[in-house]
Amino acid sequence: MAAQPLVTFDRVTKRFGDFTAIDDLTLDIFEREFFALLGPSGCGKTTLLRLLAGFEAPDEGRVLLGGEDLAGVPPYRRPVNMMFQSYALFPHLTVAGNIAFGLKQDRLPKAEIAERVDEMLALVQLGALAQRKPDQLSGGQRQRVALARSLAKRPKVLLLDEPLAALDRKLREETRFELKELQARLATTFVIVTHDQDEAMTVADRIAVMDHGRIAQVGVPAEIYEQPNSRWVAEFVGDVNLIEGRVTTVYPSFVLLERDGLRLRVAATAVVSPGTTAWAALRPEKISIAHEASDSAENGAAGIVTDIGYLGTVSRYKVRLDCGLVVEAAMMNASRRASQTIGVNDRVWLSWTPEAGVLLTR
Amino acid sequence: MGDMSKTTNTRSSRLIVLAPYAWLVLFFLAPFLIVLKISLSQSTLMQPPYAPLLALDAGWQGLKDFFGALSLDNYAALFTDALYRRSYLKSLEVAAVSTAILLFIGYPVAYALARAPRRWQAILVLLVVLPFWTSFLIRVYAWINILQRDGLLNDALLALHIIDRPTTWLATDSAVYIGIVYSYFPFMVLPLYATLERMDESLLEAAADLGAPPWKTFFLVTVPLSLPGIAAGALLCFIPITGEFVMPDLLGSSATLMIGQTLWTEFFGNRDWPAAAALAVVLLVILAGPILLYQRREARALERR
Ligand SMILES: Nc1ncnc2c1ncn2[C@@H]1O[C@H](COP(=O)(O)OP(=O)(O)OP(=O)(O)O)[C@@H](O)[C@H]1O
Ligand SMILES: [Mg+2]
Repeated sequence: MAAQPLVTFDRVTKRFGDFTAIDDLTLDIFEREFFALLGPSGCGKTTLLRLLAGFEAPDEGRVLLGGEDLAGVPPYRRPVNMMFQSYALFPHLTVAGNIAFGLKQDRLPKAEIAERVDEMLALVQLGALAQRKPDQLSGGQRQRVALARSLAKRPKVLLLDEPLAALDRKLREETRFELKELQARLATTFVIVTHDQDEAMTVADRIAVMDHGRIAQVGVPAEIYEQPNSRWVAEFVGDVNLIEGRVTTVYPSFVLLERDGLRLRVAATAVVSPGTTAWAALRPEKISIAHEASDSAENGAAGIVTDIGYLGTVSRYKVRLDCGLVVEAAMMNASRRASQTIGVNDRVWLSWTPEAGVLLTR
Repeated sequence: MGDMSKTTNTRSSRLIVLAPYAWLVLFFLAPFLIVLKISLSQSTLMQPPYAPLLALDAGWQGLKDFFGALSLDNYAALFTDALYRRSYLKSLEVAAVSTAILLFIGYPVAYALARAPRRWQAILVLLVVLPFWTSFLIRVYAWINILQRDGLLNDALLALHIIDRPTTWLATDSAVYIGIVYSYFPFMVLPLYATLERMDESLLEAAADLGAPPWKTFFLVTVPLSLPGIAAGALLCFIPITGEFVMPDLLGSSATLMIGQTLWTEFFGNRDWPAAAALAVVLLVILAGPILLYQRREARALERR
């Protein structure tokens, strides 16, 4: 028996004028899940959060929380809290005052409010700054106050709208892990919005990739990365070589794709019939690059290195295959041996297994 | 090199800062010293109607005579005569009550302006100030017309059956309040609008998100954040209303004798320039507090930007 979802978007459509921001979208989010909404700018991520928080009402469909329709429930009565993209801290209140704001609305006893504020301050390690005003804080500290404020009421669902966008790279990476740890400790449902695929991959249990107000794919991070269901998802999540070809033969476990004399074996991850067009999605790191051809490889092609990008842990090689196709391969610098150093204009041999590629039909 | 451009920069910026002070000395401090001097003089029937006059040709002795003849008698008279005290108090009362009424009416109007669709805001703000492009006197006479016994106000109230016989409006406190509230309306609305319009709407959403219904959000977030606007509007109204002359004179009665009228009577009616000057100096001293407060706020707001 499947667990009942905590949050359900049931065929939700939201329009602004004649622009459709959310288009007939259906999505389930489960209790204690760390759920990421990933998508390019303007695809409707914030709008989806605002529908759940109650700042927007769906034009069609329903938003359910714990099985109950939220239609007509104003934001201030929803057991959902949001950490705003801009933090939206009250400039006239201290850090402690900001955190206490929501608790005061619940008319909790004073002692309990003070206790809860202290607990939150300790959680985000801001105890020493409790009496500061927001404009006396650094960006990272403000972000923590916003997080503490949205967690103080112990919401059923915490909505985080690009919570790390304003932080510098190093702080952002540290905070990702803190968020993940926090979510596990509090056992609350987190819904995070981001357009950074690394961020989504690092923190989330499940990811929904959004495009133009629709869900393109939902799944655990590895699934999204290893088994994208469309060229669009494959390209949005990480780097990929998309090789278009004609299906020539379909075997039970793999498919033969042909293109300009290049023949590819791809695991049959999608149902195709001979004569149709399909794509093989190949991640650069799954392609081996060497000076000599290896006989054991089931897929291989020769080409000339046109460009090398050194990225620290990996190097990326742009290779023009003899058939004219340009393919990118990546190799960990740790596994590169001096004797094998590959340079620009070298003739190289690329190889990959049938399982390395994903067969896509759209 | 960078240092040099910096010093010339600060020098020229110092000059720019000095310009308004020169202006103040010329058009505020100098006239004020003259008024202060007259307030310490005695009333005479000569031209000019006060003594002593500074006689520089009499040398050192003349200077000594001049300062010897100055006295605080006029100020003493201000405090002993109940008429003066009453008009000061009346002025402060009218200014305080009018400012409160203005805030009460102006806040919702400014709030509505700030929340109106962007493309309408400029036009709506224009509508608030538009009446003030016609002559002030014409508008005052229009009010006299509206407030008189068979005027528009009584006609409207009769038609709505709120009153069943014409009420006297002219020459009452109500008329003075109506006139003052009307003429200072933009001075309250515009500063309020300026702060409310700048307010981050996501703060209101954050308050709602944290469980505050709209009315609580208004008192816990909107009002505290618009305090600079409230202070600016209140001071911008309170200070000039205290010295208001036209409205109480044309719309009020002898019961609404404000300090502006008393001063006018002393100056033009009794030709007692020293008494009038003393009245003006005391008014300035009373208003010095609010004026300084206003200046400080403005300076701080500028600094923050
Ligand atoms: N109040 C509104 N009125 C009109 N259009 C809106 C409104 N709010 C959002 N939109 C439009 O809806 C679309 C989705 O907006 P949304 O803010 O959800 O995007 P997003 O995915 O959060 O983007 P970003 O990553 O840039 O924050 C955008 O094209 C935006 O212009
Ligand atoms: Mg957004």
